[in-house]
Amino acid sequence: MFDFSVITQWIDQLLRGALPDAAATVVECVLIGLALLLGYAVIALALIYVERKVCAWFQCRLGPNRVGPFGLLQSVADMIKMLIKEIIEIKHVDRFLFGLAPYIVIIASVAAFSCLPFAKGLQVLDFNVGIFFLIAVSSIGIVGILLAGWASNNKYSLIGAMRSGAQMISYELSIGLSILTMVVLSGTLQITELVEGQADGWFLFKGHVPALIAFVVYLVAGTAETNRGPFDLPEADSELTAGYHTEYSGMHFGFFYLAEYLNMFIVAGVAATLFLGGWMPLHVPGWESFNEVMDYIPSLFWFLGKVGAMIFVIMWFKWTFPRLRIDQLLRLEWKYLLPINLLNLLLMVIVVVYKLHF
Amino acid sequence: MLKDKIVAKIPGTRVVENGTIPTFAVAPGDYRALALFLRDDAEMLFDFMACMTGVDRGDALGVVLLLESTTLGHRAYVETMTTDRERPALPTVSDLWETANLNEREVYDYFGIRFSGHPDTRRLFLRNDWVGYPLRKDYNASEATNPARLESDESPDETVSYREDGEKETRSLFDDDEYVVNIGPQHPATHGVLRFRVALEGEIVKKVDVHCGYIHRGIEKMCESLSYQQMLPLADRLDYLAAHQHRHALCLCIEEALQLEVPERVKYIRTIMDELNRLSSHLLFWSTLCMDLGALTAFFYGFRDREKVLDIMEETTGGRLIQHYNVIGGVSADIHPNFTRRIKEFIKYLPPMLKEYDQVFTGNVIARQRMEGIGVLSREDAISFGVTGPSGRASGWACDVRKRRPYGVYDKVDFNEIVYTGGDSFHRYMVRVKEIAESLRILEQLVDNIPAGDFAVKTKPVIKLPEGRYFKSVEGSRGEFGVYIESRGEKTPYRLKFRSTSFPLVSVVPHLARGSKIADLIAIGGTLDYIVPDVDR
Repeated sequence: MFDFSVITQWIDQLLRGALPDAAATVVECVLIGLALLLGYAVIALALIYVERKVCAWFQCRLGPNRVGPFGLLQSVADMIKMLIKEIIEIKHVDRFLFGLAPYIVIIASVAAFSCLPFAKGLQVLDFNVGIFFLIAVSSIGIVGILLAGWASNNKYSLIGAMRSGAQMISYELSIGLSILTMVVLSGTLQITELVEGQADGWFLFKGHVPALIAFVVYLVAGTAETNRGPFDLPEADSELTAGYHTEYSGMHFGFFYLAEYLNMFIVAGVAATLFLGGWMPLHVPGWESFNEVMDYIPSLFWFLGKVGAMIFVIMWFKWTFPRLRIDQLLRLEWKYLLPINLLNLLLMVIVVVYKLHF
Repeated sequence: MLKDKIVAKIPGTRVVENGTIPTFAVAPGDYRALALFLRDDAEMLFDFMACMTGVDRGDALGVVLLLESTTLGHRAYVETMTTDRERPALPTVSDLWETANLNEREVYDYFGIRFSGHPDTRRLFLRNDWVGYPLRKDYNASEATNPARLESDESPDETVSYREDGEKETRSLFDDDEYVVNIGPQHPATHGVLRFRVALEGEIVKKVDVHCGYIHRGIEKMCESLSYQQMLPLADRLDYLAAHQHRHALCLCIEEALQLEVPERVKYIRTIMDELNRLSSHLLFWSTLCMDLGALTAFFYGFRDREKVLDIMEETTGGRLIQHYNVIGGVSADIHPNFTRRIKEFIKYLPPMLKEYDQVFTGNVIARQRMEGIGVLSREDAISFGVTGPSGRASGWACDVRKRRPYGVYDKVDFNEIVYTGGDSFHRYMVRVKEIAESLRILEQLVDNIPAGDFAVKTKPVIKLPEGRYFKSVEGSRGEFGVYIESRGEKTPYRLKFRSTSFPLVSVVPHLARGSKIADLIAIGGTLDYIVPDVDR
């Protein structure tokens, strides 16, 4: 199986041969940053296109089909439009916080994005508390949303931001606990080790019942975490017009928009990493030739394929279900998901202690 | 007899018998006593105020109420007039019938009659700085009195009410610590330019203040200067989702006044068109409600099927949303040769789709939770607020005009009046979903039996209605739609009033939304299904 670290190490040696160590590190940081942002933007554009097509198919429509073949360039055109649109200055807003909010949201999302293991050896951040770091940085986004609602001087925005704060803080609990359940199974917080641990079978199969429960809970909570339907209350268009980003225009709005799609990617990526083996091909212990055939499929495809499947499920949720009400949403979390999660964690501990897993 | 009892109770009552509904005219001093007697007496029980019309008789200003008893079925006009044109005042009946609350504000807006004891004397449709009262006969309509104003109309936070001795009392609408949010006039969930000022405590709605008039066109005033043929298109523009039914009511009222008998074929065509219109309206209701509750895919399913109904109507009438099909004495053109075939195809097409609707939305646990027990309207309140149509039937009030006073050929078809007793949003939803199936049943019975004959009778080019007052109502897509015409034998009506179907629906929103969440306000508005041009007229 191809290891992308061959390429990265070759670049590293090349730079260190030509430049002093400190300069090489700086150049590498810049290169990685550029690569990340480029990947971030391209994935967001692709997701926006996919969402519009998938949603169109659900709704007996065609979706974008005019700009480029099959409308492929539609989201590129939209991006250009967004970039050249005026950023409207709103009267009576706290200008500093108003301008800061979208950057906080996008920084949190990029930081979480950089933790994902895209392929074998293709990962930016990898250290011994990787998954913990991912949860921590992705939570910073809430601050941006609260700031956006507060600084906008708009009553709808404020209600949207408050809803969002309540919702995201609640659902972080479920996300954290279901990730913890899988950490108990794998015995590590480091993302590469999490993936390597699934070489003899994905955690979803190895952990059977408790892993399955954790998977379902994670999917529900992850959808809520990204503020997507049926949990899109912060921006419930029929109630609050656009919630916390009502007053934003141009690229400021674009940042919220990009972050929403990338957060969906991150949630799907974490689900793929924790439950479906990340970039690890499908291996069945004992079926050596089958495993070998699977290994011929590049690891990047495995990862993107799994993430794509998860994203499709999340989109399916959005285009099928009506929206919940805020009290029903919080009831679902605190009265159902959280107790289930805590019991499930206990179950997983029992499974691991008595070695009942595969 | 009704008349003798009333005259015995209130001796000053003048009884006028003209047409089928008797009129009881009283002096303003006896007005409230008569109203109380009519509402509460065991042999009267006029619990439903169908219509309240302000009139200017030249020498006097006043109101005409059309009252109806939901238990005994009889109807009566009550009329009271004041000769004071400078400071006209009448006692209020807004505490007896809730629907009078907004209606009296409308009369104040149009005629300047102040109702003493009314809690909220503000203009309803026109701007606060409007000069004069437009429906008075001596109103000066020149542009000099009311130039097109360019500045925004501020909404005052205060309202006044007048005591019986003419003293003014000022009351503020909102407390200082209330978080007041505007929902509308530009808001996706108000289905048009309606505005609610909502006082919130967190997510909970404390008060709702309704602001109408953003699409007020003064249709009733326009009708006073138009001939009967000319005013027909205006009826289509009230409730654009019940355009055909509204125009049907206006034609029926004029035909009744002229004692014009229309051919049987016309009755069949009109009835079929009414039901097609109801189908398209209810399908749109289903779609938009789903969208309001966040189920966007369902919205497209509903619109896909509604498109087919519009196609059928378009082929015959040329119009999709607004058809302009009924004329006085018939319909404007014969049906298209494909008409019956396409309806039959549609009758086969829709039932599987309805099943799909149920699977996608009705059975969904989230949809159920969003609607069940939300915005419960009791039967008494429904009658008092005058909430007719599917919303009234969801509260257990069998108010279908097609059953109560059949018109067209509704007396010849077999269909069920869908009545639920819960009165919550879910039952309002269910009534409409079931009515789609009932409409299909009606179409099925009629479509093969359209008799041959003329599609219209000849009428005179100049139509003059005989002197008198006429009221005719039909079952519109969202309730009883009535036309009240006062004629003095001229070619234009002296006073014409449309009994709006959506006006009572909007007036009941503050009552239903109090204490619920913002999201519930959207669900309540969605299931009441009001159409704003019909409110503002």
